[in-house]
Amino acid sequence: MAVTTAQPTRPSSGAPPTPGGRRSRGARSGIHGSGWTPYLFLAPFLVLFITFVAVPALLGIWISLHDWDFLLPNKPFVGAQNYTDLIDSGAPQFQPFWNGMKATGIFVLISVPFLVTLPLLLAIVLNRKFPGRTFFRAVFFAPFVLGVAVVGLMWRYLLDPSFGMVNGLLGALGLPSDTAWTTEQPWAWISLAAVTIWWTIGFNAVIYLAGLADIPAEHYEAADIDGATAWQKLRYITIPGLRPVLIFIVVTTVLASANMFGQSYLITKGGPGDSTRTAIMEIADLGLSQYRMGQASAMSYVLAVCLALIALLNFWLLREKKS
Amino acid sequence: MKRRNGPLFWVGMGLLSLVFIGPLLLVLLTAFKSQSESRTVPPTYFPSEPSLRAFDVLFFQDAASPVARWFLNSLMAATLQALLVLVVCSLAGYALARMEFRGKNVIFTVIILTLFLPGFIFLMPNFLILDKLGWLDQIWALVVPGAAGAFGVFFMRQFFMGMPKELEESARLDGAGPFRTWWSIVLPNAKPALVTLGVLSYLNNWNDFIWPIYVLFSPERLTLPAGLSRLQGAYSIDYPVVMAGAMLAAIPVLALYVFVQRYVIEGVASSGVKG
Repeated sequence: MAVTTAQPTRPSSGAPPTPGGRRSRGARSGIHGSGWTPYLFLAPFLVLFITFVAVPALLGIWISLHDWDFLLPNKPFVGAQNYTDLIDSGAPQFQPFWNGMKATGIFVLISVPFLVTLPLLLAIVLNRKFPGRTFFRAVFFAPFVLGVAVVGLMWRYLLDPSFGMVNGLLGALGLPSDTAWTTEQPWAWISLAAVTIWWTIGFNAVIYLAGLADIPAEHYEAADIDGATAWQKLRYITIPGLRPVLIFIVVTTVLASANMFGQSYLITKGGPGDSTRTAIMEIADLGLSQYRMGQASAMSYVLAVCLALIALLNFWLLREKKS
Repeated sequence: MKRRNGPLFWVGMGLLSLVFIGPLLLVLLTAFKSQSESRTVPPTYFPSEPSLRAFDVLFFQDAASPVARWFLNSLMAATLQALLVLVVCSLAGYALARMEFRGKNVIFTVIILTLFLPGFIFLMPNFLILDKLGWLDQIWALVVPGAAGAFGVFFMRQFFMGMPKELEESARLDGAGPFRTWWSIVLPNAKPALVTLGVLSYLNNWNDFIWPIYVLFSPERLTLPAGLSRLQGAYSIDYPVVMAGAMLAAIPVLALYVFVQRYVIEGVASSGVKG
Protein backbone atom coordinates (compact mmCIF):
# COMPACT_ATOMS: atom_id res chain seq x y z
CA MET A 1 0.00 0.00 0.00
CA ALA A 2 1.59 3.24 -1.10
CA VAL A 3 -0.96 5.28 0.79
CA THR A 4 -0.29 5.88 4.43
CA THR A 5 -2.37 7.90 6.77
CA ALA A 6 -2.29 11.64 6.20
CA GLN A 7 -2.59 12.51 9.87
CA PRO A 8 -1.28 9.66 11.96
CA THR A 9 -3.57 9.11 14.89
CA ARG A 10 -1.25 9.34 17.84
CA PRO A 11 -1.74 7.14 20.83
CA SER A 12 -3.31 9.39 23.41
CA SER A 13 -0.55 8.76 25.91
CA GLY A 14 -1.93 11.27 28.37
CA ALA A 15 -5.34 9.68 28.75
CA PRO A 16 -5.36 6.71 31.11
CA PRO A 17 -7.84 3.95 30.41
CA THR A 18 -11.07 4.51 32.22
CA PRO A 19 -11.59 2.45 35.38
CA GLY A 20 -12.62 -1.12 34.84
CA GLY A 21 -10.72 -1.35 31.57
CA ARG A 22 -13.64 0.06 29.59
CA ARG A 23 -13.08 1.79 26.29
CA SER A 24 -11.20 5.05 26.12
CA ARG A 25 -12.89 8.15 24.81
CA GLY A 26 -11.67 7.80 21.23
CA ALA A 27 -13.26 4.41 20.81
CA ARG A 28 -16.77 5.75 21.06
CA SER A 29 -16.41 7.67 17.85
CA GLY A 30 -14.73 4.75 16.12
CA ILE A 31 -11.18 3.47 16.28
CA HIS A 32 -9.75 6.03 13.90
CA GLY A 33 -11.34 9.37 14.40
CA SER A 34 -10.78 12.11 11.95
CA GLY A 35 -9.39 13.55 8.79
CA TRP A 36 -9.24 11.97 5.40
CA THR A 37 -8.57 8.41 6.53
CA PRO A 38 -12.17 7.10 6.21
CA TYR A 39 -12.47 8.56 2.74
CA LEU A 40 -9.20 6.94 1.68
CA PHE A 41 -10.55 3.57 2.84
CA LEU A 42 -13.78 4.13 0.94
CA ALA A 43 -12.24 5.62 -2.20
CA PRO A 44 -11.45 2.43 -4.19
CA PHE A 45 -14.95 1.05 -3.67
CA LEU A 46 -16.64 4.37 -4.32
CA VAL A 47 -14.78 4.87 -7.60
CA LEU A 48 -16.07 1.49 -8.83
CA PHE A 49 -19.50 2.03 -7.32
CA ILE A 50 -19.98 5.43 -8.93
CA THR A 51 -18.65 4.28 -12.31
CA PHE A 52 -20.49 0.97 -12.60
CA VAL A 53 -23.55 1.30 -10.36
CA ALA A 54 -24.60 4.88 -9.60
CA VAL A 55 -23.85 6.48 -12.99
CA PRO A 56 -25.26 3.55 -15.04
CA ALA A 57 -28.51 3.51 -13.05
CA LEU A 58 -29.11 7.11 -14.16
CA LEU A 59 -27.49 6.76 -17.59
CA GLY A 60 -29.98 3.98 -18.35
CA ILE A 61 -32.87 6.42 -17.92
CA TRP A 62 -31.10 8.95 -20.14
CA ILE A 63 -30.59 6.28 -22.84
CA SER A 64 -34.23 5.26 -22.64
CA LEU A 65 -35.28 8.81 -23.56
CA HIS A 66 -33.37 8.66 -26.85
CA ASP A 67 -33.56 6.73 -30.07
CA TRP A 68 -30.21 5.27 -29.04
CA ASP A 69 -28.76 3.03 -31.72
CA PHE A 70 -25.24 2.11 -30.61
CA LEU A 71 -24.01 1.87 -34.19
CA LEU A 72 -25.40 5.22 -35.43
CA PRO A 73 -23.74 8.57 -34.69
CA ASN A 74 -27.07 10.35 -34.12
CA LYS A 75 -29.03 9.48 -31.04
CA PRO A 76 -32.01 11.85 -31.18
CA PHE A 77 -33.98 12.70 -28.05
CA VAL A 78 -37.45 11.20 -28.27
CA GLY A 79 -38.86 11.93 -24.81
CA ALA A 80 -41.09 9.17 -23.50
CA GLN A 81 -41.69 7.59 -26.89
CA ASN A 82 -39.75 4.41 -26.08
CA TYR A 83 -42.13 3.97 -23.16
CA THR A 84 -45.34 4.88 -24.96
CA ASP A 85 -44.37 2.47 -27.78
CA LEU A 86 -44.64 -0.33 -25.24
CA ILE A 87 -48.34 0.38 -24.74
CA ASP A 88 -49.07 1.17 -28.40
CA SER A 89 -50.14 -2.04 -30.11
CA GLY A 90 -49.14 -0.57 -33.47
CA ALA A 91 -45.48 -0.08 -32.48
CA PRO A 92 -43.01 -2.77 -33.60
CA GLN A 93 -41.73 -3.40 -30.05
CA PHE A 94 -45.17 -3.93 -28.57
CA GLN A 95 -45.66 -7.57 -29.48
CA PRO A 96 -42.15 -8.91 -28.66
CA PHE A 97 -42.04 -7.03 -25.36
CA TRP A 98 -45.37 -8.29 -24.08
CA ASN A 99 -44.61 -11.76 -25.38
CA GLY A 100 -41.45 -11.65 -23.24
CA MET A 101 -43.33 -10.26 -20.23
CA LYS A 102 -45.90 -13.03 -20.61
CA ALA A 103 -43.19 -15.71 -20.78
CA THR A 104 -41.48 -14.27 -17.71
CA GLY A 105 -44.81 -14.11 -15.90
CA ILE A 106 -45.62 -17.74 -16.74
CA PHE A 107 -42.20 -18.89 -15.56
CA VAL A 108 -42.55 -17.00 -12.27
CA LEU A 109 -46.01 -18.44 -11.68
CA ILE A 110 -45.06 -22.05 -12.35
CA SER A 111 -41.60 -22.07 -10.75
CA VAL A 112 -41.97 -19.97 -7.59
CA PRO A 113 -44.54 -22.14 -5.76
CA PHE A 114 -42.22 -25.16 -6.08
CA LEU A 115 -39.07 -23.15 -5.36
CA VAL A 116 -40.64 -21.91 -2.12
CA THR A 117 -42.24 -25.16 -0.88
CA LEU A 118 -39.89 -27.98 -1.96
CA PRO A 119 -36.79 -26.44 -0.33
CA LEU A 120 -38.83 -26.00 2.87
CA LEU A 121 -39.66 -29.73 2.90
CA LEU A 122 -36.03 -30.53 2.20
CA ALA A 123 -34.91 -28.23 5.00
CA ILE A 124 -37.36 -29.79 7.46
CA VAL A 125 -35.95 -33.24 6.61
CA LEU A 126 -32.36 -32.00 6.89
CA ASN A 127 -33.15 -30.32 10.20
CA ARG A 128 -33.67 -33.74 11.85
CA LYS A 129 -30.69 -35.19 13.64
CA PHE A 130 -29.20 -38.09 11.69
CA PRO A 131 -25.71 -39.22 10.75
CA GLY A 132 -24.53 -37.83 7.42
CA ARG A 133 -26.75 -34.78 7.68
CA THR A 134 -24.07 -32.31 6.54
CA PHE A 135 -23.08 -34.68 3.74
CA PHE A 136 -26.62 -34.77 2.34
CA ARG A 137 -26.92 -31.01 2.74
CA ALA A 138 -23.74 -30.61 0.69
CA VAL A 139 -25.04 -33.03 -1.99
CA PHE A 140 -28.37 -31.25 -2.41
CA PHE A 141 -26.64 -27.87 -2.58
CA ALA A 142 -23.99 -29.02 -5.08
CA PRO A 143 -25.83 -28.16 -8.36
CA PHE A 144 -26.12 -24.55 -7.22
CA VAL A 145 -22.37 -24.00 -7.51
CA LEU A 146 -22.58 -24.82 -11.23
CA GLY A 147 -23.16 -22.05 -13.71
CA VAL A 148 -26.26 -21.78 -15.85
CA ALA A 149 -24.15 -22.64 -18.91
CA VAL A 150 -23.21 -26.05 -17.50
CA VAL A 151 -26.73 -26.68 -16.22
CA GLY A 152 -28.34 -25.59 -19.49
CA LEU A 153 -26.04 -27.59 -21.76
CA MET A 154 -26.25 -30.78 -19.74
CA TRP A 155 -30.05 -30.73 -19.44
CA ARG A 156 -30.46 -29.87 -23.09
CA TYR A 157 -28.78 -33.19 -23.81
CA LEU A 158 -30.50 -35.18 -21.06
CA LEU A 159 -33.93 -33.84 -22.08
CA ASP A 160 -33.47 -34.36 -25.82
CA PRO A 161 -36.84 -35.66 -27.08
CA SER A 162 -35.39 -38.48 -29.21
CA PHE A 163 -32.17 -39.75 -27.63
CA GLY A 164 -32.17 -38.01 -24.23
CA MET A 165 -31.65 -40.07 -21.11
CA VAL A 166 -34.73 -38.71 -19.33
CA ASN A 167 -36.93 -40.27 -21.99
CA GLY A 168 -34.63 -43.31 -22.00
CA LEU A 169 -35.13 -43.86 -18.27
CA LEU A 170 -38.88 -43.33 -18.54
CA GLY A 171 -38.99 -45.92 -21.33
CA ALA A 172 -36.99 -48.38 -19.23
CA LEU A 173 -39.63 -48.00 -16.51
CA GLY A 174 -42.39 -48.74 -19.03
CA LEU A 175 -43.56 -45.13 -19.19
CA PRO A 176 -44.05 -43.06 -22.38
CA SER A 177 -40.59 -42.32 -23.77
CA ASP A 178 -41.44 -39.86 -26.53
CA THR A 179 -42.28 -36.72 -24.55
CA ALA A 180 -41.09 -33.61 -26.41
CA TRP A 181 -39.48 -32.05 -23.34
CA THR A 182 -37.83 -29.15 -25.11
CA THR A 183 -39.86 -28.67 -28.27
CA GLU A 184 -43.53 -28.69 -27.29
CA GLN A 185 -45.66 -26.95 -24.71
CA PRO A 186 -46.46 -27.41 -21.88
CA TRP A 187 -43.43 -29.72 -21.64
CA ALA A 188 -40.96 -26.93 -22.37
CA TRP A 189 -42.20 -24.91 -19.38
CA ILE A 190 -42.22 -28.00 -17.18
CA SER A 191 -38.64 -28.77 -18.21
CA LEU A 192 -37.40 -25.24 -17.55
CA ALA A 193 -39.07 -25.13 -14.15
CA ALA A 194 -37.81 -28.60 -13.20
CA VAL A 195 -34.24 -27.82 -14.24
CA THR A 196 -34.37 -24.58 -12.25
CA ILE A 197 -35.63 -26.46 -9.20
CA TRP A 198 -32.86 -29.06 -9.56
CA TRP A 199 -30.30 -26.28 -9.89
CA THR A 200 -31.38 -23.96 -7.05
CA ILE A 201 -33.32 -26.05 -4.50
CA GLY A 202 -30.28 -26.27 -2.21
CA PHE A 203 -29.91 -22.49 -2.07
CA ASN A 204 -33.35 -21.84 -0.60
CA ALA A 205 -33.10 -24.97 1.56
CA VAL A 206 -29.91 -23.68 3.22
CA ILE A 207 -31.59 -20.35 3.98
CA TYR A 208 -34.60 -22.16 5.47
CA LEU A 209 -32.24 -24.34 7.53
CA ALA A 210 -30.65 -21.27 9.07
CA GLY A 211 -34.14 -20.02 9.92
CA LEU A 212 -35.24 -23.37 11.39
CA ALA A 213 -32.20 -23.40 13.67
CA ASP A 214 -33.54 -20.22 15.30
CA ILE A 215 -36.88 -21.77 16.30
CA PRO A 216 -36.61 -22.91 19.95
CA ALA A 217 -36.88 -26.69 20.35
CA GLU A 218 -39.10 -26.16 23.43
CA HIS A 219 -41.95 -25.03 21.17
CA TYR A 220 -41.98 -28.42 19.50
CA GLU A 221 -41.62 -30.24 22.80
CA ALA A 222 -44.59 -28.36 24.21
CA ALA A 223 -46.60 -29.19 21.09
CA ASP A 224 -45.66 -32.87 21.44
CA ILE A 225 -46.95 -32.87 25.01
CA ASP A 226 -50.21 -31.35 23.75
CA GLY A 227 -50.40 -34.12 21.14
CA ALA A 228 -50.07 -31.89 18.09
CA THR A 229 -49.88 -33.55 14.66
CA ALA A 230 -46.98 -32.97 12.27
CA TRP A 231 -49.20 -30.73 10.16
CA GLN A 232 -50.28 -28.66 13.15
CA LYS A 233 -46.65 -28.19 14.17
CA LEU A 234 -45.79 -27.05 10.64
CA ARG A 235 -48.76 -24.71 10.49
CA TYR A 236 -48.56 -23.16 13.96
CA ILE A 237 -44.87 -23.32 14.91
CA THR A 238 -42.61 -23.74 11.88
CA ILE A 239 -44.24 -21.38 9.40
CA PRO A 240 -44.89 -18.50 11.84
CA GLY A 241 -41.35 -18.93 13.18
CA LEU A 242 -39.97 -18.70 9.67
CA ARG A 243 -41.96 -15.63 8.66
CA PRO A 244 -38.99 -13.25 8.08
CA VAL A 245 -37.09 -15.98 6.23
CA LEU A 246 -40.18 -16.85 4.21
CA ILE A 247 -40.63 -13.23 3.13
CA PHE A 248 -36.98 -13.09 2.11
CA ILE A 249 -37.30 -16.34 0.13
CA VAL A 250 -40.52 -15.37 -1.66
CA VAL A 251 -39.22 -11.93 -2.63
CA THR A 252 -35.78 -13.11 -3.82
CA THR A 253 -37.16 -16.18 -5.60
CA VAL A 254 -39.69 -14.13 -7.56
CA LEU A 255 -36.87 -11.79 -8.59
CA ALA A 256 -34.57 -14.69 -9.52
CA SER A 257 -37.26 -16.39 -11.62
CA ALA A 258 -38.11 -13.10 -13.30
CA ASN A 259 -34.43 -12.86 -14.27
CA MET A 260 -34.56 -16.21 -16.07
CA PHE A 261 -32.37 -16.11 -19.14
CA GLY A 262 -29.78 -18.86 -19.51
CA GLN A 263 -32.11 -21.82 -19.14
CA SER A 264 -34.33 -20.90 -22.08
CA TYR A 265 -31.39 -19.46 -24.05
CA LEU A 266 -29.67 -22.86 -23.91
CA ILE A 267 -32.38 -25.49 -23.42
CA THR A 268 -35.34 -24.32 -25.51
CA LYS A 269 -33.70 -21.43 -27.41
CA GLY A 270 -36.82 -19.41 -26.65
CA GLY A 271 -39.02 -21.99 -28.34
CA PRO A 272 -41.24 -23.65 -29.28
CA GLY A 273 -42.07 -20.55 -31.35
CA ASP A 274 -41.33 -17.59 -29.08
CA SER A 275 -43.15 -19.10 -26.12
CA THR A 276 -40.17 -19.32 -23.71
CA ARG A 277 -38.46 -16.16 -24.92
CA THR A 278 -38.40 -14.25 -21.62
CA ALA A 279 -38.35 -10.49 -21.10
CA ILE A 280 -34.64 -10.60 -20.24
CA MET A 281 -33.89 -12.48 -23.47
CA GLU A 282 -35.84 -9.86 -25.40
CA ILE A 283 -34.07 -6.96 -23.64
CA ALA A 284 -30.57 -8.44 -23.99
CA ASP A 285 -31.09 -9.38 -27.63
CA LEU A 286 -32.59 -6.03 -28.60
CA GLY A 287 -30.08 -3.95 -26.64
CA LEU A 288 -26.85 -5.90 -26.94
CA SER A 289 -27.21 -7.82 -30.23
CA GLN A 290 -29.32 -5.44 -32.31
CA TYR A 291 -27.94 -2.44 -30.36
CA ARG A 292 -31.37 -0.75 -30.13
CA MET A 293 -30.41 0.45 -26.68
CA GLY A 294 -33.01 3.16 -26.16
CA GLN A 295 -35.90 0.77 -26.58
CA ALA A 296 -34.18 -1.99 -24.62
CA SER A 297 -33.46 0.39 -21.72
CA ALA A 298 -37.07 1.54 -21.61
CA MET A 299 -38.14 -2.10 -21.44
CA SER A 300 -35.67 -2.83 -18.65
CA TYR A 301 -37.05 0.01 -16.54
CA VAL A 302 -40.65 -1.04 -17.13
CA LEU A 303 -39.74 -4.58 -16.08
CA ALA A 304 -37.84 -3.24 -13.04
CA VAL A 305 -40.86 -1.18 -11.92
CA CYS A 306 -43.15 -4.21 -12.35
CA LEU A 307 -40.80 -6.32 -10.22
CA ALA A 308 -40.59 -3.62 -7.56
CA LEU A 309 -44.38 -3.49 -7.37
CA ILE A 310 -44.56 -7.28 -7.06
CA ALA A 311 -41.93 -7.24 -4.32
CA LEU A 312 -43.95 -4.62 -2.40
CA LEU A 313 -47.11 -6.67 -2.90
CA ASN A 314 -45.32 -9.73 -1.48
CA PHE A 315 -44.15 -7.78 1.56
CA TRP A 316 -47.69 -6.57 2.08
CA LEU A 317 -49.29 -10.00 1.67
CA LEU A 318 -46.79 -11.68 4.00
CA ARG A 319 -46.73 -8.95 6.65
CA GLU A 320 -47.45 -9.82 10.25
CA LYS A 321 -51.22 -9.72 10.57
CA LYS A 322 -52.26 -8.03 13.76
CA SER A 323 -55.50 -9.36 15.13
CA MET B 1 -38.34 -34.78 16.17
CA LYS B 2 -37.07 -37.69 18.22
CA ARG B 3 -38.30 -40.47 15.93
CA ARG B 4 -35.77 -42.99 14.67
CA ASN B 5 -35.14 -42.90 10.94
CA GLY B 6 -36.26 -46.18 9.40
CA PRO B 7 -35.01 -47.90 6.25
CA LEU B 8 -37.58 -45.98 4.18
CA PHE B 9 -35.92 -42.73 5.23
CA TRP B 10 -32.53 -43.91 4.02
CA VAL B 11 -33.93 -45.23 0.72
CA GLY B 12 -35.55 -41.85 0.22
CA MET B 13 -32.34 -39.97 0.96
CA GLY B 14 -30.42 -42.28 -1.37
CA LEU B 15 -32.86 -41.76 -4.24
CA LEU B 16 -32.89 -38.02 -3.67
CA SER B 17 -29.08 -37.90 -3.72
CA LEU B 18 -29.16 -39.82 -6.99
CA VAL B 19 -31.46 -37.16 -8.47
CA PHE B 20 -28.83 -34.51 -7.72
CA ILE B 21 -25.65 -36.43 -8.50
CA GLY B 22 -26.92 -38.85 -11.19
CA PRO B 23 -27.33 -36.29 -14.00
CA LEU B 24 -23.76 -35.09 -13.46
CA LEU B 25 -22.44 -38.65 -13.65
CA LEU B 26 -24.45 -39.41 -16.82
CA VAL B 27 -23.04 -36.30 -18.45
CA LEU B 28 -19.50 -37.18 -17.38
CA LEU B 29 -19.91 -40.67 -18.88
CA THR B 30 -21.25 -39.18 -22.12
CA ALA B 31 -18.00 -37.25 -22.53
CA PHE B 32 -16.24 -40.59 -23.12
CA LYS B 33 -18.63 -41.81 -25.83
CA SER B 34 -18.37 -41.66 -29.60
CA GLN B 35 -20.63 -39.16 -31.32
CA SER B 36 -22.85 -41.92 -32.70
CA GLU B 37 -23.20 -43.63 -29.33
CA SER B 38 -24.33 -40.34 -27.78
CA ARG B 39 -27.34 -40.45 -30.08
CA THR B 40 -28.52 -44.05 -29.80
CA VAL B 41 -32.14 -44.87 -28.97
CA PRO B 42 -32.56 -46.12 -26.32
CA PRO B 43 -29.54 -44.38 -24.84
CA THR B 44 -26.65 -46.25 -23.27
CA TYR B 45 -25.48 -45.11 -19.85
CA PHE B 46 -21.93 -46.47 -19.81
CA PRO B 47 -19.79 -45.88 -22.91
CA SER B 48 -19.40 -49.19 -24.76
CA GLU B 49 -15.96 -48.19 -26.04
CA PRO B 50 -14.68 -45.42 -23.77
CA SER B 51 -12.47 -42.97 -25.65
CA LEU B 52 -10.84 -39.59 -25.12
CA ARG B 53 -11.90 -38.42 -28.57
CA ALA B 54 -14.14 -35.65 -27.18
CA PHE B 55 -11.28 -34.19 -25.14
CA ASP B 56 -8.95 -34.47 -28.13
CA VAL B 57 -11.43 -32.51 -30.27
CA LEU B 58 -12.03 -30.04 -27.46
CA PHE B 59 -8.37 -29.20 -26.91
CA PHE B 60 -6.53 -29.89 -30.14
CA GLN B 61 -8.74 -30.22 -33.20
CA ASP B 62 -10.46 -26.89 -33.62
CA ALA B 63 -8.44 -23.67 -33.77
CA ALA B 64 -11.65 -21.60 -33.78
CA SER B 65 -12.57 -22.93 -30.34
CA PRO B 66 -9.46 -22.57 -28.13
CA VAL B 67 -10.91 -24.27 -25.08
CA ALA B 68 -7.67 -24.18 -23.09
CA ARG B 69 -7.60 -20.41 -23.62
CA TRP B 70 -11.21 -20.10 -22.44
CA PHE B 71 -10.33 -22.06 -19.35
CA LEU B 72 -7.41 -19.73 -18.59
CA ASN B 73 -9.54 -16.65 -19.31
CA SER B 74 -12.17 -17.84 -16.85
CA LEU B 75 -9.51 -18.61 -14.26
CA MET B 76 -7.87 -15.20 -14.66
CA ALA B 77 -11.12 -13.22 -14.59
CA ALA B 78 -12.51 -15.03 -11.56
CA THR B 79 -9.25 -14.78 -9.62
CA LEU B 80 -8.74 -11.10 -10.39
CA GLN B 81 -12.30 -10.23 -9.52
CA ALA B 82 -12.21 -12.14 -6.23
CA LEU B 83 -9.01 -10.30 -5.26
CA LEU B 84 -10.42 -6.93 -6.29
CA VAL B 85 -13.62 -7.54 -4.32
CA LEU B 86 -11.66 -8.56 -1.23
CA VAL B 87 -9.41 -5.50 -1.23
CA VAL B 88 -12.06 -2.95 -2.09
CA CYS B 89 -14.84 -4.33 0.12
CA SER B 90 -12.70 -4.99 3.18
CA LEU B 91 -11.35 -1.42 3.02
CA ALA B 92 -14.78 0.15 2.59
CA GLY B 93 -16.48 -2.23 4.99
CA TYR B 94 -13.90 -1.42 7.66
CA ALA B 95 -14.43 2.33 7.28
CA LEU B 96 -18.20 1.88 7.53
CA ALA B 97 -17.93 -0.39 10.56
CA ARG B 98 -15.32 1.41 12.64
CA MET B 99 -14.90 5.03 11.60
CA GLU B 100 -17.00 8.13 12.08
CA PHE B 101 -17.08 10.66 9.29
CA ARG B 102 -19.35 13.13 7.56
CA GLY B 103 -21.73 11.54 5.08
CA LYS B 104 -21.32 8.03 6.47
CA ASN B 105 -25.02 7.31 6.80
CA VAL B 106 -25.84 8.76 3.39
CA ILE B 107 -23.12 6.71 1.71
CA PHE B 108 -24.15 3.52 3.47
CA THR B 109 -27.84 4.03 2.70
CA VAL B 110 -27.19 4.67 -0.99
CA ILE B 111 -25.01 1.54 -1.22
CA ILE B 112 -27.66 -0.61 0.46
CA LEU B 113 -30.46 0.79 -1.71
CA THR B 114 -28.66 -0.38 -4.84
CA LEU B 115 -28.85 -3.96 -3.50
CA PHE B 116 -32.48 -3.82 -4.59
CA LEU B 117 -31.80 -2.74 -8.18
CA PRO B 118 -32.15 -5.64 -10.62
CA GLY B 119 -28.99 -6.44 -12.57
CA PHE B 120 -30.57 -6.20 -16.01
CA ILE B 121 -31.03 -2.41 -15.90
CA PHE B 122 -27.21 -2.14 -15.94
CA LEU B 123 -26.76 -4.14 -19.16
CA MET B 124 -27.02 -1.28 -21.64
CA PRO B 125 -25.40 1.56 -19.65
CA ASN B 126 -22.46 -0.56 -18.48
CA PHE B 127 -21.91 -1.74 -22.04
CA LEU B 128 -21.61 1.93 -23.07
CA ILE B 129 -19.28 2.75 -20.17
CA LEU B 130 -17.03 -0.18 -21.06
CA ASP B 131 -17.04 1.04 -24.66
CA LYS B 132 -15.94 4.51 -23.52
CA LEU B 133 -13.17 2.96 -21.41
CA GLY B 134 -12.07 0.79 -24.34
CA TRP B 135 -12.70 -2.34 -22.26
CA LEU B 136 -15.17 -4.18 -24.51
CA ASP B 137 -13.76 -7.57 -25.52
CA GLN B 138 -11.15 -7.19 -22.74
CA ILE B 139 -10.74 -9.17 -19.54
CA TRP B 140 -11.42 -5.94 -17.58
CA ALA B 141 -15.01 -6.05 -18.80
CA LEU B 142 -15.40 -9.24 -16.79
CA VAL B 143 -13.37 -8.21 -13.74
CA VAL B 144 -14.17 -4.63 -12.81
CA PRO B 145 -17.89 -3.80 -13.16
CA GLY B 146 -19.00 -6.83 -11.15
CA ALA B 147 -16.64 -5.93 -8.30
CA ALA B 148 -18.69 -2.84 -7.43
CA GLY B 149 -21.56 -4.73 -5.84
CA ALA B 150 -23.07 -3.65 -2.55
CA PHE B 151 -23.22 -7.16 -1.12
CA GLY B 152 -19.48 -7.44 -0.43
CA VAL B 153 -19.30 -4.15 1.43
CA PHE B 154 -22.37 -4.98 3.48
CA PHE B 155 -21.02 -8.46 4.26
CA MET B 156 -17.60 -7.19 5.39
CA ARG B 157 -19.12 -4.36 7.43
CA GLN B 158 -21.34 -6.82 9.29
CA PHE B 159 -18.36 -9.02 10.05
CA PHE B 160 -16.15 -6.16 11.26
CA MET B 161 -18.93 -4.82 13.48
CA GLY B 162 -19.04 -8.16 15.25
CA MET B 163 -15.28 -8.22 15.87
CA PRO B 164 -13.97 -7.22 19.32
CA LYS B 165 -12.28 -3.82 19.24
CA GLU B 166 -9.57 -4.58 21.81
CA LEU B 167 -6.93 -5.83 19.36
CA GLU B 168 -7.28 -2.76 17.18
CA GLU B 169 -7.09 -0.48 20.20
CA SER B 170 -3.89 -2.05 21.47
CA ALA B 171 -2.41 -1.78 17.96
CA ARG B 172 -3.29 1.89 17.98
CA LEU B 173 -1.69 2.38 21.39
CA ASP B 174 1.43 0.76 19.94
CA GLY B 175 1.46 3.54 17.36
CA ALA B 176 0.08 1.70 14.33
CA GLY B 177 -1.80 3.89 11.84
CA PRO B 178 -5.19 2.87 10.44
CA PHE B 179 -3.77 1.14 7.34
CA ARG B 180 -1.22 -0.80 9.38
CA THR B 181 -3.99 -1.82 11.79
CA TRP B 182 -6.28 -2.85 8.94
CA TRP B 183 -3.58 -4.85 7.18
CA SER B 184 -1.82 -6.57 10.06
CA ILE B 185 -4.50 -6.83 12.75
CA VAL B 186 -7.96 -6.66 11.18
CA LEU B 187 -7.50 -8.72 8.01
CA PRO B 188 -5.76 -11.70 9.66
CA ASN B 189 -8.67 -11.89 12.10
CA ALA B 190 -11.23 -11.68 9.30
CA LYS B 191 -10.07 -14.82 7.50
CA PRO B 192 -13.40 -16.71 7.60
CA ALA B 193 -15.29 -13.74 6.15
CA LEU B 194 -12.60 -13.15 3.52
CA VAL B 195 -12.65 -16.80 2.44
CA THR B 196 -16.45 -16.79 2.21
CA LEU B 197 -16.63 -13.55 0.23
CA GLY B 198 -13.70 -14.56 -1.98
CA VAL B 199 -15.21 -17.94 -2.83
CA LEU B 200 -18.67 -16.49 -3.50
CA SER B 201 -17.18 -13.83 -5.82
CA TYR B 202 -15.07 -16.46 -7.54
CA LEU B 203 -18.06 -18.74 -8.16
CA ASN B 204 -20.20 -15.84 -9.36
CA ASN B 205 -17.62 -14.73 -11.86
CA TRP B 206 -16.70 -18.21 -13.07
CA ASN B 207 -20.37 -19.00 -13.70
CA ASP B 208 -21.47 -15.67 -15.16
CA PHE B 209 -23.19 -16.13 -18.49
CA ILE B 210 -25.28 -13.23 -19.78
CA TRP B 211 -22.52 -10.62 -19.40
CA PRO B 212 -19.60 -12.43 -21.12
CA ILE B 213 -21.72 -13.55 -24.08
CA TYR B 214 -22.48 -9.92 -24.91
CA VAL B 215 -19.29 -8.01 -23.99
CA LEU B 216 -16.77 -10.46 -25.50
CA PHE B 217 -16.45 -10.96 -29.25
CA SER B 218 -13.10 -12.53 -30.22
CA PRO B 219 -12.99 -16.34 -29.95
CA GLU B 220 -9.71 -16.22 -28.03
CA ARG B 221 -11.12 -13.81 -25.42
CA LEU B 222 -14.16 -15.85 -24.38
CA THR B 223 -14.72 -17.41 -20.98
CA LEU B 224 -15.58 -21.07 -20.69
CA PRO B 225 -19.37 -20.62 -20.30
CA ALA B 226 -19.55 -18.14 -23.17
CA GLY B 227 -17.37 -20.33 -25.39
CA LEU B 228 -19.28 -23.51 -24.61
CA SER B 229 -22.57 -21.96 -25.65
CA ARG B 230 -21.00 -21.17 -29.05
CA LEU B 231 -19.59 -24.68 -29.28
CA GLN B 232 -23.15 -25.88 -29.36
CA GLY B 233 -23.59 -24.14 -32.70
CA ALA B 234 -20.16 -24.88 -34.09
CA TYR B 235 -20.45 -28.67 -34.12
CA SER B 236 -24.09 -29.24 -35.07
CA ILE B 237 -24.00 -30.55 -31.54
CA ASP B 238 -21.30 -33.16 -31.10
CA TYR B 239 -22.68 -33.96 -27.67
CA PRO B 240 -19.68 -35.80 -26.19
CA VAL B 241 -17.56 -32.71 -26.98
CA VAL B 242 -20.10 -30.30 -25.48
CA MET B 243 -20.50 -32.51 -22.40
CA ALA B 244 -16.72 -32.75 -22.00
CA GLY B 245 -16.62 -28.96 -22.12
CA ALA B 246 -19.43 -28.68 -19.58
CA MET B 247 -17.52 -30.99 -17.24
CA LEU B 248 -14.40 -28.90 -17.73
CA ALA B 249 -16.39 -25.92 -16.45
CA ALA B 250 -18.06 -27.91 -13.68
CA ILE B 251 -15.20 -29.86 -12.14
CA PRO B 252 -13.08 -26.93 -10.89
CA VAL B 253 -16.01 -25.36 -9.05
CA LEU B 254 -17.21 -28.70 -7.70
CA ALA B 255 -13.66 -29.42 -6.46
CA LEU B 256 -13.45 -25.98 -4.86
CA TYR B 257 -16.86 -26.61 -3.35
CA VAL B 258 -15.75 -29.89 -1.79
CA PHE B 259 -12.96 -28.09 0.05
CA VAL B 260 -14.82 -24.97 1.14
CA GLN B 261 -18.46 -26.09 1.18
CA ARG B 262 -18.83 -24.98 4.79
CA TYR B 263 -17.90 -21.40 3.85
CA VAL B 264 -20.15 -21.40 0.79
CA ILE B 265 -23.16 -22.75 2.62
CA GLU B 266 -22.67 -20.53 5.65
CA GLY B 267 -22.19 -17.51 3.41
CA VAL B 268 -25.49 -18.25 1.69
CA ALA B 269 -27.25 -18.96 4.97
CA SER B 270 -26.11 -15.66 6.47
CA SER B 271 -27.30 -13.74 3.41
CA GLY B 272 -30.85 -14.82 4.22
CA VAL B 273 -30.87 -14.35 7.95
CA LYS B 274 -29.19 -10.97 7.98
CA GLY B 275 -30.76 -9.71 4.77
